[in-house]
Amino acid sequence: MQWLNSDEIEALRLSLSVAARSVTCSLPLAIGFAWAVARGRFFGRTLLDAFIHLPLVLPPVVVGYGLLVLFGARGILGGWLAGTFGVHLVFTRNGAALATAVMSFPLMVRAIRLSLENVDRGLEDAARTLGAGPCDRFVTITLPLMLPGILAGVVTAFSAALGEFGAVITFVSNIPGETRTLPLALYTALQEPGGEHAAARLAAVSVTLGLGGLLLSEWLARSLRPLLGR
Amino acid sequence: MLKVTAKHRRTGFSLDVDFDLPTPGVVTLFGRSGCGKSTVVNIIAGLLHPDEGRVALDDTVLLDTSIPIRLPAERRRVGYVFQDARLFPHLSVAANLRYAERRAVGRPYVTFEEVSRLLDIGSLMHRRTHQLSGGERQRVAIGRALLTQPRLLLLDEPLAALDAARRDEVLPYLQTLRDELKIPMVYVTHDFDEVLRLATHVVLMDRGSVTAQGDVASMSLDSRLRSIIGPDQVGAILDGWVAGFDPASQLARVEVGNGTLNIRTKPLATGASLRVQLLARDIIVATHAPQHLSVRNSLQGVITRIDGDDMDADLITIDIGAGRAIDLGTQRVLARITKAATEELALRPGLAVWALVKSVSLRGYPLGACRPQPRS
Repeated sequence: MQWLNSDEIEALRLSLSVAARSVTCSLPLAIGFAWAVARGRFFGRTLLDAFIHLPLVLPPVVVGYGLLVLFGARGILGGWLAGTFGVHLVFTRNGAALATAVMSFPLMVRAIRLSLENVDRGLEDAARTLGAGPCDRFVTITLPLMLPGILAGVVTAFSAALGEFGAVITFVSNIPGETRTLPLALYTALQEPGGEHAAARLAAVSVTLGLGGLLLSEWLARSLRPLLGR
Repeated sequence: MLKVTAKHRRTGFSLDVDFDLPTPGVVTLFGRSGCGKSTVVNIIAGLLHPDEGRVALDDTVLLDTSIPIRLPAERRRVGYVFQDARLFPHLSVAANLRYAERRAVGRPYVTFEEVSRLLDIGSLMHRRTHQLSGGERQRVAIGRALLTQPRLLLLDEPLAALDAARRDEVLPYLQTLRDELKIPMVYVTHDFDEVLRLATHVVLMDRGSVTAQGDVASMSLDSRLRSIIGPDQVGAILDGWVAGFDPASQLARVEVGNGTLNIRTKPLATGASLRVQLLARDIIVATHAPQHLSVRNSLQGVITRIDGDDMDADLITIDIGAGRAIDLGTQRVLARITKAATEELALRPGLAVWALVKSVSLRGYPLGACRPQPRS
């Protein structure tokens, strides 16, 4: 890695780490919300659906601002988290993960929801007649059949998390080694005189990661198809 | 005994059924598409909850909306074979079967190996489900349902999606289940041929309600059944027993009513039960004992009724069971003859006649040993 300097490598590693945390923590929630929106029958389901999709249509700065209000040192949740668990989110990489998770959440829920809606309810009925209860059916039938959508959602959300800029810089600022992810590093490089080469290298890394993600997701989808009998 | 009462109303459809079915045995729910047959099996399985109803299998109440009891489908121990098989696509054939086996409760009466042998699916075990033919899929689906050790097996048009050749491939396996495992089955179909080959009991449904029910022999004489199956399929069904088989002529002598029919079949053991269909259009009616005829079968009886048929024909019902020592249930045959012939022969109820039919017109369907044996 001769052509990346240590700061740039740091930014790359940080980006991957933030995206990984973001996706890992939001995946179970995304499956839960996808289930609620696709299968749930409760009052306010449409409102919940709209709320989940909000980050897609809001300026990222607004999301970052919202997070500051909620999770800031004097925010409603932020104060409680710091007081009870000693968890600080503002200006930390966990905060960056939270910001990217919120921003990429609608993409993940969308992909998972689509795959859930494609699961043949008849197969779940068949599992019922074979003696499988609700949790059993979900784990042994529904979840495996949703797998392509879940993986697609994970890859999309991971890629989006790598590239999230506005919400991150608003919520956790641009601290080298803590919250300066790839796009933030690229932005910083462009602000400095003589940073064009660094910017070009970082852009190349972003393109490579994005392309790799797309190819990986395509390959996964293809290799899963025979396993699911399609 | 399976007792089902259910009322269910949805836009454009209303179901109101009430019937008791004997177990074991194969009960067919027969009727045109959309008459509510599948709704009934879904209610029995617990996949659909009726507005009002009660379902009881022997002494277990599965559903009673008045108490209320509502056993979930997964705890009813009722097997279900769907029209589209519904094998799990992400599992192999063996894994599909094991899925059911692992979730079985109660005393097992059939093992994995037995199911594999009875349905001849041992060679398919490692295949993925999308690599199976339609007939193979249904055999695996039947095996999977059996491995839950069900008290009752529901089959919702399991052969409807198959072509004639595949249907003939699967039917013998269903006969084997009926005769060897003696598992009670409720079988939904709109194909009368399947009724003929499998059923011991028929429930006739039309527009959400039960219009008639009874054993196959008596139902074959029912005018409501006749209106569904069409004039060419109309004919009495007699369940008789084999008195002997002549290997040289390939003819089985089958005792029915107060006579004997010679039927071309594959070799059958003496004493085996055989169902015979005598199509009304193939029956000749004679007012004197026949002589000098090539016809191999003549049954003596008495005309009990004459109904006008469509197309200028009469449907003559002839009782051939009078004075018989052996109780074989309803023993009547139907003959369709022209109105002109009825007049010329002066046929009327009470008249003694002979019903004649050629051996080659008869088809026999083995019934295993689930029919009553001679008392003598």
